[in-house]
Amino acid sequence: MKEKTKTKPILQAQELSIGYSDKIVAEDISLKINEAELVAVIGINGSGKSTLLKTLTGNLKCLSGTISIQQKNINEISVQKLSELISIVLTETQFSQNLLVEELVALGRQPYTNWLGQLSNKDINAVKQALQLLEIEDKSKRKCGSLSDGQLQKVFLARAIAQETPLIFLDEPTTHLDLYHKIFVLKLLKTLSRRTNKSIVFATHEINLALQLCDQIILVSNGKVTQKTPEELINSNLLQELFPKDLVEFDAATKNFKVL
Amino acid sequence: MQKTSLSLLLGLIILVVLLMINISLGSVSIPLKDIFASFFNTEIDKETWRYIILNYRLPKAITAVLVGSGLALSGLLMQTLFRNPLAGPYVLGLSSGASLGVAIVILGGAVFGRFFSALILSKWTLVIAASLGSILVLLAVLATSFRVKDTMALLIIGLMFASLTSAVVSMLSYFSSSESLQKYIFWSFGSLGNLSWQEVFILTVFWSLGVIISIFCIKNLNALLLGETYAKSLGTNLKQNRILVILATGLLAGSITAFAGPIAFIGLAVPHLVRQVISKSDHLVLFPAVAIGGAILMLICDSIAQLPGSNLTLPINSITSLIGAPVVIWLLLRKKKLYF
Repeated sequence: MKEKTKTKPILQAQELSIGYSDKIVAEDISLKINEAELVAVIGINGSGKSTLLKTLTGNLKCLSGTISIQQKNINEISVQKLSELISIVLTETQFSQNLLVEELVALGRQPYTNWLGQLSNKDINAVKQALQLLEIEDKSKRKCGSLSDGQLQKVFLARAIAQETPLIFLDEPTTHLDLYHKIFVLKLLKTLSRRTNKSIVFATHEINLALQLCDQIILVSNGKVTQKTPEELINSNLLQELFPKDLVEFDAATKNFKVL
Repeated sequence: MQKTSLSLLLGLIILVVLLMINISLGSVSIPLKDIFASFFNTEIDKETWRYIILNYRLPKAITAVLVGSGLALSGLLMQTLFRNPLAGPYVLGLSSGASLGVAIVILGGAVFGRFFSALILSKWTLVIAASLGSILVLLAVLATSFRVKDTMALLIIGLMFASLTSAVVSMLSYFSSSESLQKYIFWSFGSLGNLSWQEVFILTVFWSLGVIISIFCIKNLNALLLGETYAKSLGTNLKQNRILVILATGLLAGSITAFAGPIAFIGLAVPHLVRQVISKSDHLVLFPAVAIGGAILMLICDSIAQLPGSNLTLPINSITSLIGAPVVIWLLLRKKKLYF
């Protein structure tokens, strides 16, 4: 706990309402994401995890309240400046399968390249480092269309790392991966946040893994958003109430969900 | 990087060779040394040859290069903007807009009385009508692009404009005389050979404007390869980029259709053909490659259309389709899937 007081907040949300013009998804949200923290966003399907991430990354206007990044209101940050603060990894987008792995990762350098997008030596180094970090240098000349889902996930993560932003948001980075690779990616996110001082926020359905690995958990449920440490969350009864009680139950003693 | 530069250089050499072959072909056979003589203003065996080369074949070959490269580039722009491998300049309804303009002038003359018939004699009337038609459709698409958030919706709107205009054209043809119908059909065959030097110059101006605008879109087009959400997260101003790309396509495809008629398949097929040779997706590399590729394919089509050794010239629009359609089918059969 002493350690926490030293850390600096990078993103803060106050009295935030999120949703669309015809539907409020969640209200009265207060969040604080500190430097070098790994934060999981959990919640059942359709609870509004994606809406929250879209709003926090500036892709969706909030209905009311404020979001500030490095003490600056997100609405006053230009798209260009925002691209140097936040990088994203999405699930299933329609992208060009023709892109070479190194080209896709190099696109992460766009905020720093000239008007034609030409790479400087610094950009080339950043791309190389990102490829090394994810152990995919050997695939740099491959076409993205020829990669497996797991490899592709790594490529998109490398792209976000090459963008060198203090904040990375990922939408369900572990879908399509087997248990081993799920843990590989999440541990990598953890190491990354420690080693490079990045704050990493990801939406996930892997509550068990999130409880073990993350510094903070953001729970989206029934129009409410709660932020707690894993211990606090386990000791509250919020996880017991997450799912309908007919099939599954949270067991605080084993920190695990149990099939009934 | 070296391999791509080598491919580009090779493409340029093929382009120059094809340009020479294209100029040497025609109903009158002119020896190679006299072709060079007419360029360098040295002594030539027959002065008529110089006239044929300088005032007929050279402007036609240059038109082929401008038309091929311009259409291929606008095809690439559309495929990346809509992230759809089947997109081409026609998807925005530009060619249909031009067709409507020309149809109203040629066919409308018969329907709306004799008012137009005096105008039809001038070739410029057709050029202006085609340009106006393209610009109108372009403005309509631009106006909707301000309102529509999704580029896919824009694609559908473009296709709807195309069906609307072709319905009006059908209606006009139903009521028009066979003579004016024939005139319209001849325009729709497309033609590279009717341009004077002055017209080639005007086409060059529009072509250059379109190319310059699209060069400013290169970086954003690269970002768009990842989809719009990623592009925005990389600092792309999506709306501004969309308007610039549509404007560039309109200038390129609109002016080309106005001067050379609707020419099919070059815009769709060339980017895919080029992707077979160039493995990179960077538009900085694809731009020159696609422009060279389009010019090469257009010169080949035009050389075939002249039916070497005969006095006949086949309609260029059917030649590009006859070559383009099998190429796309062959690519699909070989690769199973086309990517943008």
